[in-house]
Amino acid sequence: MRCWGTFLCGLVVVAGAQSWGQSGGLRFPETVEAGTAFSVLTTGSGEATLYVAGPGDALRRKIQLGQSIAFGQEDLHNAGHYVVFLVSGSSTQSAQFEVIPSRQPATLSFLAKPSRLPVNLSNALSGVVYVFDVFRNLVLQPQPVSFELSDSTGHAQSRTATSHNGVAWVKMNSAAKAGPAQFQAVAGNIREKRVIQQVPGDPCSIRMSARGSGHEERVALETEPVRDCNGNAVPDGTIVTFTETYQGGQSTVDVPLKRGVARTEMPARNGAVISVASGVVMGNEIRWSGGL
Amino acid sequence: MTGGRFLAFLLAAATVAFIVIGTLWPNQTGMSVADSKARLMGSASSPEDAVNNLMQQIVRRNWEAAYSSLANKGEFTESEFIRDLNGNYGSLRTYANLDGFDVQPLHATADEAQVSANLRWASVVGTFDDQRDLRVVRNRDSWQVVWPIVKEARMAPQVIPVNYLRWDVIYRGAEDDWGAQDVEGPHVRIVAMHPVDRGGGVVILGELLNEDVVPAFVTVKATLLGSNGAALASEDSFDKISHVLLPKQVSPFRIDFRKVRLSEVDSVRVQPSTSLVAASADPVIGIEGQKLNPVPDPSLTGELVNQSGQVVNVAHVIGTFYDNSGQIVWVADEYPSRALLPQTPVPFTISLPADVSSKVGSYRVVATSFSSSRFQ
Repeated sequence: MRCWGTFLCGLVVVAGAQSWGQSGGLRFPETVEAGTAFSVLTTGSGEATLYVAGPGDALRRKIQLGQSIAFGQEDLHNAGHYVVFLVSGSSTQSAQFEVIPSRQPATLSFLAKPSRLPVNLSNALSGVVYVFDVFRNLVLQPQPVSFELSDSTGHAQSRTATSHNGVAWVKMNSAAKAGPAQFQAVAGNIREKRVIQQVPGDPCSIRMSARGSGHEERVALETEPVRDCNGNAVPDGTIVTFTETYQGGQSTVDVPLKRGVARTEMPARNGAVISVASGVVMGNEIRWSGGL
Repeated sequence: MTGGRFLAFLLAAATVAFIVIGTLWPNQTGMSVADSKARLMGSASSPEDAVNNLMQQIVRRNWEAAYSSLANKGEFTESEFIRDLNGNYGSLRTYANLDGFDVQPLHATADEAQVSANLRWASVVGTFDDQRDLRVVRNRDSWQVVWPIVKEARMAPQVIPVNYLRWDVIYRGAEDDWGAQDVEGPHVRIVAMHPVDRGGGVVILGELLNEDVVPAFVTVKATLLGSNGAALASEDSFDKISHVLLPKQVSPFRIDFRKVRLSEVDSVRVQPSTSLVAASADPVIGIEGQKLNPVPDPSLTGELVNQSGQVVNVAHVIGTFYDNSGQIVWVADEYPSRALLPQTPVPFTISLPADVSSKVGSYRVVATSFSSSRFQ
């Protein structure tokens, strides 16, 4: 802790004494790719202390003037602007350079939204990829990124986008067939996958039937298997509302679909009109005249 | 010294006088915590006294004394009497206290009288009334209440098969990368919204649809905006909504603003918020015999029928009322005080403002349930 405090104070003092920029014989390359080994030749003789400070990285080394300063692959890996000070006795040399991200993508942060959506929607699924190098620097150089959405039947749609400032994005359509779909993004040889649930849409043409139940005063109601307009089975748990309207009153019951159908019993009243609906979708109506 | 003796004598005399007054004319207001018209307990010299005495014992939960004072205690046990008043199965009634009562004599003969008693129970969700018409009979020199016991129907022992359907949620872990996939929140949509001027305030009425395939926990927040775009007030729907919506389920909501006039409001911002919630598709509750009753006591009455096999401890009934053009004109609710036993109808009454009842052309009722045996 004390060491870093001394180091930072030293930097402040040196920065105050020297104007920022290249001075003396210290010659650093203007740009260095993150994770690249390189060396810098120094002039003069005797011992000196080298300070290197950048975003998230700081180094201090004792060096011999007149020899090369070698930086290994792991020394400087955070992309950004770096400053260098070489302090020997009362003289100080300084330099600046940029560490740039590696050109080779190493990881992708892939945001696929939404992760659950109804079938058959146009441009409803967005995929956004952030391209990072091996040191988690955002790769700013344009990179081709390919996206592929494949459903359980094997049908796939593809798009390609080029990253701008490290980000590439596309919009995809959801398939007509419900089920899990695999959404993958590929940049270089890096591949990232997400699973998208493509779920049935609103129920389509709900149909129910009525019959006398075991109890004389009750009528048993049951829907046919409820499907959306693309033929996908509406998931169990979806609420179906039965409404029985008669002179002077009504009865209702909200029933969840179980094994694809909704069934219930309601009071049997001759002349009553029984309707069925789910959400904002209406189904058929039955006039109950008893004992059918 | 003389002054001190006089003061001591005065205090002693006053003490004796107060004791005599208190003995001859005891203070009844302190006793009647529930009803200012209640009389001190003792032998019931009139039908009203008998009912008052009984109500006082119920207020104090002195069940033994209340039961022993009844004329027809041979017809039921003390436990049945307690269950009739105090509920069971963890119903709303089991958490309620008798907050007050009104006694109204209907008619009387020399040996029998009819007295109407309205019991006001206080619970965490408000008060509810329990109206009982009591027959009171003379037994030698005193009067005794014939308690109209409401015995709960009991289901025959049976097995009710239920295809239990529920949803559980697994979220991504805290250690996952920010770009890692997480479960999608439920999608809901407001399908109707109507602000009305009511009692000098503003009431926002509306309906909310869960258009997703997963259950949603929903709340609705409304903000009233003035002509300059500034927020005048912000409120949420609290309990005038069904908070857990299963897929494709619709719930009404009502948000009350008591201190803002509709004329001050330029626009209304309504924001539903949702989160995924573990939920169960059962129990199914039928709402049968719904009937709109006109003035002088405008209300919607009906019966809740628990079609599943588990006991519902507390039910919540919410009614949405529309005019003839389909516009929402009111949303009201009620918590029935009794638990819903399987296949056993429980009546409910949703009160309506008189001016609203004349506009109602149609209505829609939903019921939600709370069961202590179910994790939700």
